[in-house]
Amino acid sequence: MSYIVEMLHITKDFPGIRANDDITLQIEERSIHALLGENGAGKSTLMSILFGLYQPDSGSIRVRGKEVKISDPNVATSLGIGMVHQHFKLVHNFTVTENIILGMEPRKGPVIDIRAAEQKVEDLSKLYGLAVDPRAKIEDISVSMQQRVEILKMLYRDAEILIFDEPTAVLTPQEIHELMQIMRRLVEEGKTILLITHKLKEIKEVADTCTVLRRGKLVSTVPVADTDEQRMAEMMVGRQVSFHVDKGPAKPGDELLRIEQLNVKNVKGVLGVKNLSLSVRAGEVLGLCGIDGNGQAELVYAITGLTKVESGKIFLKDKEITNLSIKERIDLGLGHIPEDRQKYGLVLDFTLGENFIIHNYYERPFASRGILRRKAILENAQRLIREFDVRSGQGAMTPARAMSGGNQQKAIVAREIDRSPEVFVVVQPTRGLDVGAIEYIHRRIIEERDKNKAILLVSLELDEIMDVSDRIAVIYNGEIVGIVDAASTNENELGLMMSGALRKSGGASRLVHEAARA
Amino acid sequence: MTARKEKIVLPLIAVLLGFVLGSLIVILTGRSPLSMFAAIVKGFSGIDIVNGQPINTRYIGEFIIQAMPIILTGLSFAFASRTGLFSIGAEGQLMIGSISATAVALLVDAPRAVHLPLVLIAGILGGALWGAIPGFLKARYNVHEVVVTIMMNYIALHFNNFVILHIFGSVDRVKTAPFPMSALLKSPFLENITRQSRLNWGFIPVIVAVVLFSFIINKTTFGYSLRAVGYNKDAARYAGMKVSRNIIASMAIAGAFAGLAGAVITVGTFNFGRVIQAAEGYGFDGIAVALVGGNEATGILLAGLLFGGLKAAQPLMQSQGIPREIAGIIQASIVLFVAMKFGIKMVLDKFERRQAPSTEGDRV
Ligand SMILES: Nc1ncnc2c1ncn2[C@@H]1O[C@H](COP(=O)(O)OP(=O)(O)OP(=O)(O)O)[C@@H](O)[C@H]1O
Ligand SMILES: [Mg+2]
Repeated sequence: MSYIVEMLHITKDFPGIRANDDITLQIEERSIHALLGENGAGKSTLMSILFGLYQPDSGSIRVRGKEVKISDPNVATSLGIGMVHQHFKLVHNFTVTENIILGMEPRKGPVIDIRAAEQKVEDLSKLYGLAVDPRAKIEDISVSMQQRVEILKMLYRDAEILIFDEPTAVLTPQEIHELMQIMRRLVEEGKTILLITHKLKEIKEVADTCTVLRRGKLVSTVPVADTDEQRMAEMMVGRQVSFHVDKGPAKPGDELLRIEQLNVKNVKGVLGVKNLSLSVRAGEVLGLCGIDGNGQAELVYAITGLTKVESGKIFLKDKEITNLSIKERIDLGLGHIPEDRQKYGLVLDFTLGENFIIHNYYERPFASRGILRRKAILENAQRLIREFDVRSGQGAMTPARAMSGGNQQKAIVAREIDRSPEVFVVVQPTRGLDVGAIEYIHRRIIEERDKNKAILLVSLELDEIMDVSDRIAVIYNGEIVGIVDAASTNENELGLMMSGALRKSGGASRLVHEAARA
Repeated sequence: MTARKEKIVLPLIAVLLGFVLGSLIVILTGRSPLSMFAAIVKGFSGIDIVNGQPINTRYIGEFIIQAMPIILTGLSFAFASRTGLFSIGAEGQLMIGSISATAVALLVDAPRAVHLPLVLIAGILGGALWGAIPGFLKARYNVHEVVVTIMMNYIALHFNNFVILHIFGSVDRVKTAPFPMSALLKSPFLENITRQSRLNWGFIPVIVAVVLFSFIINKTTFGYSLRAVGYNKDAARYAGMKVSRNIIASMAIAGAFAGLAGAVITVGTFNFGRVIQAAEGYGFDGIAVALVGGNEATGILLAGLLFGGLKAAQPLMQSQGIPREIAGIIQASIVLFVAMKFGIKMVLDKFERRQAPSTEGDRV
């Protein structure tokens, strides 16, 4: 059998941790090979080595049977290896084409031949069914389109071996479906794909082979056809994993969060949230679901104070907070797990320990009389690391930047859950987490509910919404198009509502086109 | 290489390369780099290699005098940097500090134990106020601090000269009347032990400033919030920190360091208020010092001493027939090499890696 890529006995150390320990990975040509493992297992590291971003401490790499030394990404590119990173690397005020040709601009004499480039981008886009407009500006296109630009960037450089690091974490279910089709198409055209994902369903759906890593070591490589989700999960975390949340019925109490007739503008200056009213009670999880970009972000930012509202009112425990500062809201008992972990959630240049105290750094026990207390900060960090199983090389002293994506997420979730806020706005809490971690975080959110907190869960994952919520509100085009009972709804009904085809109010439901006809 | 080791090794290599480049240029101009090094050694210690003279404390005193203000302006630039601000305002803040110190030195009549601290505090407050203005404009109206601080430098220059000439009535159109003894940092004791150099008590507030800088940044909750804002404004806002207030406070404190420098020069190195013809370069030297010192207190202290010594060596070079600009070139190339630290790091990493496999080979 011929392998297009072989990584043999790769070992890589980081301060305090062996990220890859004698890993051997062999990839068949024209296949989709999935890489699975807990947060911090070393997946991104292994792929970064293949792409030339890191050098292995020992081990060797063969591409098309020939031993190679990939000293930097340029070498990888010349070997036909491309990578889509978890956090895209695009210039936002450049067009799609400009981003794609960056660094290898086609020339006509002294000037860039942008026409030719656009044509080539367009052709590639057509060939693989990407539907990308070569002239659009990056800042104007959706996240999934940006991802396709990254894919085109690889294809433009004639990459044959395509690495995707958690490509679906930022996508909606529909977009995931489309990406899977694109991947199949790529393989048909002769490409080979390496796919990192935490979603077992996706592996089952597209991958041919799956390699499982655990704590830097290789567990095994299996043909996907011979295994199932339960078994993959077990291989990965080393124990049985339950995909469903055990929870008792909710005992809703007082209204803790109430939103009245809220209007909020989005970044483009038009109303992203329109006349929206909603309330969350103590002791319940209200799930908010919708297709990405239908006003979820604006709603969350308005509640947490990151954006100003146009009109309407927000009440927290009967106190109006509409125009209070972020600090005042936090002090009144508002908590927030932000969607964008690197923008809002973490100070990447702080250590893990420093990140854990970002809300309370000025209070006892972390400070007294304006002086930080190292010991208390350290103890707090060690407790949270233990409780939430946050993995990193140097414990509390690890710079947040040096942590794996999933562990960064766990750190934020740990910090916010630990504060146990009265009203808790939780956005995409398990993005990028492994199944074991997801199970744990969901349990902790339910525990918060049972402590009589009001929880607003915003997520793009329908499974998560249906599993964790008690009631589900569906947002479409900035409006709530219906609120349903989580126990009695199904994917189908939610899907119709999310697409704006069905509205439900007070038990009565009607299809929108019927209403229009009437 | 660990991050800690990197922080120490990279600037050292930059300094080394700076001297190498300086030597090369001296060689190109057809002179001996040895006499350049002789001048530098003399500037730092008074030791004369050529004529075989031993250590001379006068030279030590003089080079410390040169280092004091640029350590303070280095702290000033670094403090603003830690909050993510790029302040070029130290020069002007220093001038305002200087004119404030002049005013208190001339107008207040008090015993030294009261007068001298008042003079220094006036310098600090003057600088702080001058720094707070661009801070406020940035926080409130998002006007870029680089633009505002540059403008404020010019305003400070002319304000200083106006006050000296028209309010304190300079007799010779260059300086004010001399300050009373009670306002001066002068110390006969220090002058004596350094063979009548200009060394004075000014080094004490400088050391206090260095310690305070490190303490505020690393140990206090205020420093924590400043660093948070500096690293990631969005996260700081999300966590409920008052970003605007932090920006103003940080610029004010940066100004305070520079203002202190002004006071230390005015009642230490000189003993009169003076008309300033043009910017004297303390601000830019401070930026260089902060860059080489890695925006850390200890680093700034060391870099300030190094650059102070190079300044002191300039006239000595000239007397050896080496253009005094060479010292400036060395200083500039050190900064350049520090700015190229990623390049240096890459070379070092390659070097380390090349060594690693060979040892592994031995083991097999
Ligand atoms: N640049 C770095 N410096 C120091 N340590 C690092 C660095 N990058 C990764 N690590 C450490 O190496 C380990 C493996 O990280 P890696 O990013 O490969 O994990 P992963 O399997 O991709 O996890 P996730 O699913 O959370 O993305 C982690 O413990 C991480 O802390
Ligand atoms: Mg990863």
